[in-house]
Order: sequence, then structure tokens, then C-alpha cells
Amino acid sequence: MTANETIHPTAPATEIDASCKLPLLALLVGASIWLVIGSVLAMIAAIKFHAPDFLGACPLLTYGRVAAAANDALVYGFCLPASLAVIIWVFARLSQTVYALPLVPVVAAHIWHLGVFVGIASILLGNSTGFAWLEFPRGGSILILVAFVLIAIPTAATFGFRRDRTLYPSHWFLLAALLWFPWSYASANIFLVSMPVRGVAQGVIDLWFGNNLLFVWFSLVGLGVAFYFLPKLTGRPLYSYFYAQYVFWTLVLFGTWCGIPAGSPFPAWIPTLSNFAGYLLIVPVLGVLIITVKTLAGAPVTSSSDPTVAYFIAGLIAFIISGITLHLVAHNDQLARITEFTWFGQAQTQLQIFGFLAMILFGALYYILPRVLGFDFIFPKVTRAHFWFNLLGSVALVIPLAIAGYEQGSHAYNLDAALPALRVSSMGLLLILIGNLLFAGNVLAMFLSWKITLVKSIFSAVTSPLKAVEVKS
Amino acid sequence: MKTGLPVIFAVVLGLGGSTVGFVLAPAVQLGGVKQTTVLNSTDLYPPQRIGDATLGLQVYRANGCAACHTEQVRQEGVACDVVLTSAGKNPQAVSNLLATLTMTHLTKEAADTVADQLTAAGGKVETHIVPVGVDLDRGWGVRHSVAEDYVYDYPVQLGNLRAGPDLANIGVRSPDSNWHLLHLYAPASAVSNSKMPSFKYLFNLQKVGASPSPDALSLPSGFAAPAGYEVVPTTEARQLVAYLLSLRANQPVYDAPFTPPAKP
Repeated sequence: MTANETIHPTAPATEIDASCKLPLLALLVGASIWLVIGSVLAMIAAIKFHAPDFLGACPLLTYGRVAAAANDALVYGFCLPASLAVIIWVFARLSQTVYALPLVPVVAAHIWHLGVFVGIASILLGNSTGFAWLEFPRGGSILILVAFVLIAIPTAATFGFRRDRTLYPSHWFLLAALLWFPWSYASANIFLVSMPVRGVAQGVIDLWFGNNLLFVWFSLVGLGVAFYFLPKLTGRPLYSYFYAQYVFWTLVLFGTWCGIPAGSPFPAWIPTLSNFAGYLLIVPVLGVLIITVKTLAGAPVTSSSDPTVAYFIAGLIAFIISGITLHLVAHNDQLARITEFTWFGQAQTQLQIFGFLAMILFGALYYILPRVLGFDFIFPKVTRAHFWFNLLGSVALVIPLAIAGYEQGSHAYNLDAALPALRVSSMGLLLILIGNLLFAGNVLAMFLSWKITLVKSIFSAVTSPLKAVEVKS
Repeated sequence: MKTGLPVIFAVVLGLGGSTVGFVLAPAVQLGGVKQTTVLNSTDLYPPQRIGDATLGLQVYRANGCAACHTEQVRQEGVACDVVLTSAGKNPQAVSNLLATLTMTHLTKEAADTVADQLTAAGGKVETHIVPVGVDLDRGWGVRHSVAEDYVYDYPVQLGNLRAGPDLANIGVRSPDSNWHLLHLYAPASAVSNSKMPSFKYLFNLQKVGASPSPDALSLPSGFAAPAGYEVVPTTEARQLVAYLLSLRANQPVYDAPFTPPAKP
């Protein structure tokens, strides 16, 4: 328990947790199903590089559609709603008060998952917008935007009702994340879909959005959540408030400008500015490194301590690697030239999704869910197995993809040079898929057991013999 | 940062700043991009797309072709080639000089020196601007991509992975529509060892009627349709090929100058 939590909670922790139960379940049941669907689609896409005509007769499952659908199912189906679920709980706990209007996120969660379903179905049917990370056509994108805002409002209200007025570092990151997604998603959709700009400016806006979603938004959520849990689980205070402030500002000021490669067919100032921002990105990354090391130093991390710590450490290491690669690519023209347009970029994306954000979300959810539902996981041992599947899977996915990218780039984009490493990476994806099945199975089993208890209690209330109360005069 | 206000301030400054920089500014600067003129010519570039090609871009988008193909060419710089157009009145001197000189991939200064020497010997020379880079060596284009290349594209399909080749000037490299249809139907029949999935669903496999369809593909053995059947491209396949053939980024423009090969 950190200082933040021990300052006489106004509402008891059990009550706060219980108030988040329905929103969390509504978000997470759908999210874990999308996680499995996303990984299966990613697996289908990966197999197509081993056997190009695998499931090729069906237009719904052609590579271009499946690959986009897999990415969007993982990011919009799992990463965003699971992040929102964790944010809801962290905000309620930090505010030391029950979650405000819990039924609004329940409704919003259903709108969200409907939006993702519409979006994924549209992509598979060939109605994608054609913009990376913004593939959902209007029907899907409006639904998820509305749902996000509906979840952000009561969450911000819960923040407003906080008992301790002082902000904790996680507040900054998560509050910024709540503001940033609707802002960037709406801006990008307005300029690309509603009132499309002409010509190559579309490319700039699409790259800007992709970086802001996958790097900035993911980092805001991942770091915000990790800075909450790391001190809590290790029993050591966050080192330190000022480093965290430093990371927050530099991430927001530099990170948001990254992601536009040198040599793109845009006016030269755009990639130049972006490259400079990427160069400066080393500042927040070093900040995170210092925070991680100094917060953990001296903490009794043993196998007997809470196993969820490992998720946060692995996630933060992934963030540091990811940030350093972005910096190196911006810094080194030679490396940038070799890795551009190769699997290297896919490696960075997968590292952000599985290595960093999903890892931290899994850790957080394994901590949160038993507390919120009031009973332990149905398969508690599986949570630890999932860690190893996700960790080894991420390593076996990302490193071979990066090697494949480097080989491909060094051989003038010859795919044959990349294929051996690409094949290894599919094994990593398979491990991640198994891990995700374990996670989804655990969450769904928990949901079912909660539902059964609920139905039983309703049933017993309905069928219990009514005690006759008569007025006897 | 004890209250929420600095957080809002950070968001407005950082995130809002980048929105202005990378959304609004490009929209203003590039949103009005128009056709440009080809260097040393009055021709306009790019030419307006024909209807089938415009529809073909939607087939390209719907099938996610950009997952594996980019439409943007990189260039590392330019070099100068000195080309002798006439040996002049003293061919022996020029020929002797030529044996000692490097004529290609020179800097501007070196090219000027070589040109001066050859002119002094009586030869007539031209200095050609030659773009250089890995993409260009590979044959994927003749210059780097510029904003004008995408004037008529919606959505712009820049792509970010080259599992397959870049397509910025595929219409120049492979101008034969039949080759494209064959390649879409059975990639391995056109490019050995191709990892591209087949787009058979853009073709109809139909029984040969009273007379064979004039549009039927003539497939090489090993890929041929079963006896009594023929493979006929759908409208979508034709539109997609029309779009691919319209990708011809091969004109020198102000942002990407080069000396085009002399017209015969």
C-alpha cells in the first residue's frame, strides 16, 4: 500500500472495487474475446507467408484484409477497452471514492464492442477506409468515439470527486490519455474521412495518428498504470515525482511529433521536425529507465512476492527498448534507410502492443479482477503460465521480425532474405496466441461463475417461500 | 503539478501543438496541391486518371494491397553524368581524354571539370542529372516520390511495408495489362517464387460456351483452368489493373529534377 492509499480512504477499498465491477466486466469480456480473435487473425496472416494460398479463395480472408483486421482487433478490440477498464479502477482507487455513474460505462462498453464489430466486419468485407490504424469506416469509428467519450466523462467525474486533491503521477498520464484519444481520433477522422484533405497530406495525418496512438497513447496508459502498480506491489515509493514529471512533459512534447520517416514525399520540414523529435525522445526513455531501476532497487523481488510485478517490469523494459529503437532510427540515417519499409516497423508495432501495453494491462488485470469480483481466478496457476507465454512469445515474435527487417533492408527488399526469420516469428505469435487463450479463458470463466452466482441468488430469492405476514387484529 | 490544470495545459501545448503542426499545417500547405508542369515542358503532371483506374484504386484499398506494397520511392541524392554528344573536330584527342576520365555518378563540381576538359578538347557534352538510391538501382522508379504524385488519390496508399515491390511506377515497368491479370490470378505463373497470394476471387471460372470468351486468360501450363473451363477477369480485376497501369511516376518535376532519356 502506498501513501496514496493509506491516507484514510473515504470509501473502503472493497466498496470502491465493487463499484467498478459492472463497467470492468462489460469492457473486459468483450476485450478478451477480441484479443483471441485478433491473435487468430494475426496467425492466419502470418501463415500466408508460409503458404500464400492458405484460405486464399475467400475474399474475406485475403492477406491485406486479415492483416488490417488483426491489428485493429488487437488495438481497438483489446488494448483500448482493457486500458479503459484499468483506468476506471485506478481513478476510483486514487480518488478514494466509489466510481461515479457506473452504468454509463456499461452501456458505453457495449457500444464500443458493437463499433469494433462493425469496423472489423467492414474491413473483412472490403469497406476499410484504407488508412492505417483508421480502417474503421464511419459506422464503426463514430460508435467507438461516442463510447470512449461516454466512458471518459464519468471517469473524469470520479477524478473530480477525489478526496485527496493532490495529483499522483498516474493521474497526469491517464488524464492526458483520456483527453488525447478522442482528440486525435476525431481530428484524424475529420481530415481523412469526413472532409478529406486532398493529396499527400492524408499520408502525413495518417502517420501522425499512427504514432500518436501506438506510441504516445500506449505510453501514456502503460506508464500511468505502471507508475501506479510498481510502488504498490514492491512496497517502495515511486522514484521520483520529479522524474515522472520530466517523463510526462518530454513524452507529450517530443513524442507527439515522431513517426514521419525521412525522405517521405512531403515538404522537407515535416520529416526533419519529426526526426528531431525522435532524436529527443531519448530523454523520456532515460527517465523511465531511471524510475524503473531506482524504484525497484532494494525491493525484495522474489518468486514469493506478488507475481504481477514481473508483468510491469517486463512491460517497462519493452517500453525502454521500443523508445531507444525509435531514437536510434531517428538518429542514424544508415539504420533508418535499411529498416524503412521492412518488417522492422512491424517488430516495433508488435513490441508496443504485446511487449509493452498488453503486458502491463495483463499484470494490472490479474491484480484488479479478483479484488473487483471478490473471488479468485478459477485457474489461478494459469496467470503465471500466461506471463511466460506472453514474454517468450513477444521475444520470439519481435526479435526475429526485427532481424527479418534488417535482412530484408540489407538485401534491397528481397523477401527471400527475410523469410527464415519471418518463419521463426510465427512461432512467437503462436506462443502469444496460447497465452491469450489462457487469459481469455480465465476472464470468461470468472465472468460465468459470477453470472451463475448472480442467477442462483436471483433464483433463490424468487423461489424462497414467502413468509406470510398478516395483520392480526 | 498538484492540480489538473497543468495537465490540461500540457495536453493543449504538446498534443495540440502537434495537431497544428502535423494535421492543420500539412492540410493547408498540401491540401491545395495541384497538377504541376513537367520540367522543360508545358505538359501537366500527373495526368487525370481515367474512370476505370479511379475505381481500381478502390479495389486496391478494399483488398488491403497497401499491406505489402508501398507507393513511394526514396532517393539518396543526385549525381551528374557527363554525356558526350559529339566528338567534334578532333576525335582522337577526345578519345584519349575519355580513357582517363570517369563520366558517371559525379558531383556537380567534378562534372563541370570533366565537361570543361572535354569541351576544351573540342567535344560537345551534356550534363545529365541522375537521381541515385537503392530504390532506383533496384529499378523501382526514376526519381523520388513527390507530393504531386498523389493529387488524384483518395485514399492515398503510401504503404509502409515492402513485402512486395514498390508500385509507384509499376505502369511504366510492366505496361502489359495481360501480364497483370495473369499475375493477379496466379502470381507464381508470372513471377517465379512469388509470395503474393492469388486473387482468384477477382476472376470467374466459367464453362466455355459456344465460342471461347475473348477476355479469357491464356494461362501457362500448370496453371491452366480444367478442360472445358476458362478464366475470365471480373470488372474489379480490370479496374485494378487499370489503376496499376495508371501508376507512372516517371516525369521530372521541380521538386525532383532529372534529365529524362532522349526521345528517339
